[in-house]
Amino acid sequence: MDITVFKSKKLVVVGLVLLILIWLATSPLYASSSNIRLLSTILMYIILAVSWAMFSGPTGYMSLAPAAFFGVGIYTAAFLYARGSPLLPLPAVIVAACAISFVIALLVGLVTLRLKGIYFAIFSFGLIVLLGLIVQYWENQIIGRRGQHVVAESTETVFYVMLAILVATLLVAYFLRRSRWGMAMLSIGGNEEAAAHMGVNTTMVKVFTFAISATFMGAVGAIMATRWIYVDPSTAFNPMYSFMPVLMAVFGGMGQLYGPVLGAAVFAYLERMLRHEFPAYYMIVFGVILIIVVLFLPGGLVGLIPKLRDRLRGVIAKLRKGGQAEQHANT
Amino acid sequence: MPILEGQGVTKNFGGLAAVSNVDFHVDQGEIAGLIGPNGAGKTTLFNLISAAHPLSSGVIRFKGEKLNGLKPHQICRMGVARTFQEIKLFGNMPVLQNVLVGAFFGTPTRISAADAAREANQALEFVGMSAMAATLVQDLTLVNQKRVEVARALATRPELLLLDELMAGLNATEISEAMELVTRIRDKGITIFMVEHVMKAIMGICERVMVLHHGEKIAEGTPQEIVTNKEVIEIYLGEETRAAS
Amino acid sequence: MIESLPSIIIGGILMGSIYALIAMGLSLQYGVARVINLAHGEFIMIGAILTWMLYTSFGVNPLLSVAIVGPFLLVIGFILHRTLFTSLRTKAPSQGAFEGSSLLIAFGFIFILQNIAILIWGGNVKAYSYLNFPVRFLGTTFAANRLVAFALVIAIGVAFFFFLTRTRLGKAIRAAAQDPATAGLMGVNINRVLPLCFGLGAFLAGLAGVLLSMSRAISATMGLSYTIIALIVVALGGLGSIPGSFIGGFILGIIGSIVSFWQPALSMIVFYGIFLILLLVRPTGILGKK
Repeated sequence: MDITVFKSKKLVVVGLVLLILIWLATSPLYASSSNIRLLSTILMYIILAVSWAMFSGPTGYMSLAPAAFFGVGIYTAAFLYARGSPLLPLPAVIVAACAISFVIALLVGLVTLRLKGIYFAIFSFGLIVLLGLIVQYWENQIIGRRGQHVVAESTETVFYVMLAILVATLLVAYFLRRSRWGMAMLSIGGNEEAAAHMGVNTTMVKVFTFAISATFMGAVGAIMATRWIYVDPSTAFNPMYSFMPVLMAVFGGMGQLYGPVLGAAVFAYLERMLRHEFPAYYMIVFGVILIIVVLFLPGGLVGLIPKLRDRLRGVIAKLRKGGQAEQHANT
Repeated sequence: MPILEGQGVTKNFGGLAAVSNVDFHVDQGEIAGLIGPNGAGKTTLFNLISAAHPLSSGVIRFKGEKLNGLKPHQICRMGVARTFQEIKLFGNMPVLQNVLVGAFFGTPTRISAADAAREANQALEFVGMSAMAATLVQDLTLVNQKRVEVARALATRPELLLLDELMAGLNATEISEAMELVTRIRDKGITIFMVEHVMKAIMGICERVMVLHHGEKIAEGTPQEIVTNKEVIEIYLGEETRAAS
Repeated sequence: MIESLPSIIIGGILMGSIYALIAMGLSLQYGVARVINLAHGEFIMIGAILTWMLYTSFGVNPLLSVAIVGPFLLVIGFILHRTLFTSLRTKAPSQGAFEGSSLLIAFGFIFILQNIAILIWGGNVKAYSYLNFPVRFLGTTFAANRLVAFALVIAIGVAFFFFLTRTRLGKAIRAAAQDPATAGLMGVNINRVLPLCFGLGAFLAGLAGVLLSMSRAISATMGLSYTIIALIVVALGGLGSIPGSFIGGFILGIIGSIVSFWQPALSMIVFYGIFLILLLVRPTGILGKK
């Protein structure tokens, strides 16, 4: 009885996801250009939030580096897909962005993840500024010009590439979570020393997962560059792109895959609405929300659902008991 | 035939020698005990064997192979498993998943999901926790948490099991059950090396006992010999009254 | 203008004194209050902007601002820790979870404080002139405000040393830094000492902000770089070691001065390089424990 209910629930979820994907894939046909752009932005944030949660969720190692890898992707496109003289076709540029982000994350991970968590936090935080400075130096000394122009891609192309990256990210996140690799990561988050003593190669698990998550951040940066067209170190390496994914994933809840997706959709939309009317205010509100969620709702929205469900069950049980008592009284 | 041996094992923390030039061995198939007052270096010695800390000097061998420089996960895969004084269960998983981690990663070769599940269930059954497989570890009583820790260690298919103060905090009945469990583990062919304060367990099931004091090994022998050893009695004079209560 | 070696070294020492100050503050917050305060730079920024505002709008002498801005930030830091991090400490399931959560909170604070500053004072660069006349000595020339800042940092460093080693409160702080649980058992009121240390860290940051504003231009977004420098210095000096942070600040200041002479844009990158090498070779830092 239980298993069939479980299986049919799964089919419903899969069906729902497919429907959403089909709706998304066909939306350029009937939606306006500006709505497609909004959707692209939402997809971008979902990818960033999900890939951040891929590593930081189970292991508990808070990475603040998404903006750094996002910037790496942007500048990979800036150098390999420059307007007027692109060196590679777009798919190759995306793959290059993935590869470069992977390698940088691998190196950072190998140096910092074998030490206490605080070193990783410091380095991941500083990475945004470090890479921005390196690019800035490179532009000043070698190129002689600040900012680069990227080949402009159409709204539809950007959207479809983003969608493809999203599907890839979600698939990897889903299978990672269910695999023994995902269990290893959870064990690291549960008690890293015990995990190591039960045979988990904690350093390798952390480093590779971190590198894989960085891959998607780089990919999304590369395609975003073709929409922004002009990029410079301060717009490419912007701490906002670390803050927003973190806020989204923490708010949505990292216990389930759809938590960051939910959080990303909510805050991407909110940002779009608030950014023009209340430029600095909305950031303050978002920051306060992050703090409130961390303090009072560490499981995020996703963590709230079991609690609400238990409360609901309790209420229903009480009502039933009341009804039964009435029945007994009446007989 | 020693399955585990150490020569000149020393560990310095800053200026303090936690373990000082200790020679020890554990024979295959025996239940060996390690006792000593608090701060004697017992858990440190365990941490040196399992590579939680690196040795300052000396050498430790498991089945003839040097453990120096290896990482904890490598030592686990060689066949050494342990439990911890402060229970280190994975608080973010239920009981079965805790044991599954050991089953999946504790073996040197890749194991299929089906085999791992079987190992884990067998281990849980062995310690008597099958009924609580889906329980979250925070909801377990102390003795059950210890059972899960043992099951998790057993799921890694060890040949040597290090038990760090398994009986601490247990009542008399639970201690007897734990003693029986340890004996059953040994009867499966697993060598046991246990740190204990509970003398009933040491006297009851250990075949050989080592005594540490201020990081040095001061006595070694059967439980009977240890209990009548003058030096041991002296250092425990204060401890004995506390242990008996 | 030819930079002489004494000029480079002294310039490095002057800058290093500021680094030492901000690193000490961060070290107090991490070593005792166990919070990795990523928003440390923002406290520096608040100190700087408040000083600027007090001077340009009300003519308050920046050196006097020390007595206003300092206590203000001390109180703010104390309240923040008491309200946010203290409850987190009791709620968090483990030390690792506490560090992770407090990291996120501090991260959120960066954006809150930065944007409050932008709202109140705008995002543009500000500066004022105070004690800006040149002082000649040892064949070098430096602005008087930088020398005054240095003197103040030394004074604060000495005062802090005596505070930590001679006073009861100071010893309580050092005990709490070693082991908060045991210190609590020995009668140290952890729920007062930890927020106090966090507040003291903010106090030192604010002070650094006052001193920085005297000799350089400031803005609402200036904080991030200083936070990173402070983090690198704290790691260099040894996590949790306040004397280490003090010394590390001067070391980094001198190195930065040398690099700036050769290639100004590279100084921060060199700092990172030093940090990387440190992590590879000796993560515990110069004076780090265990």
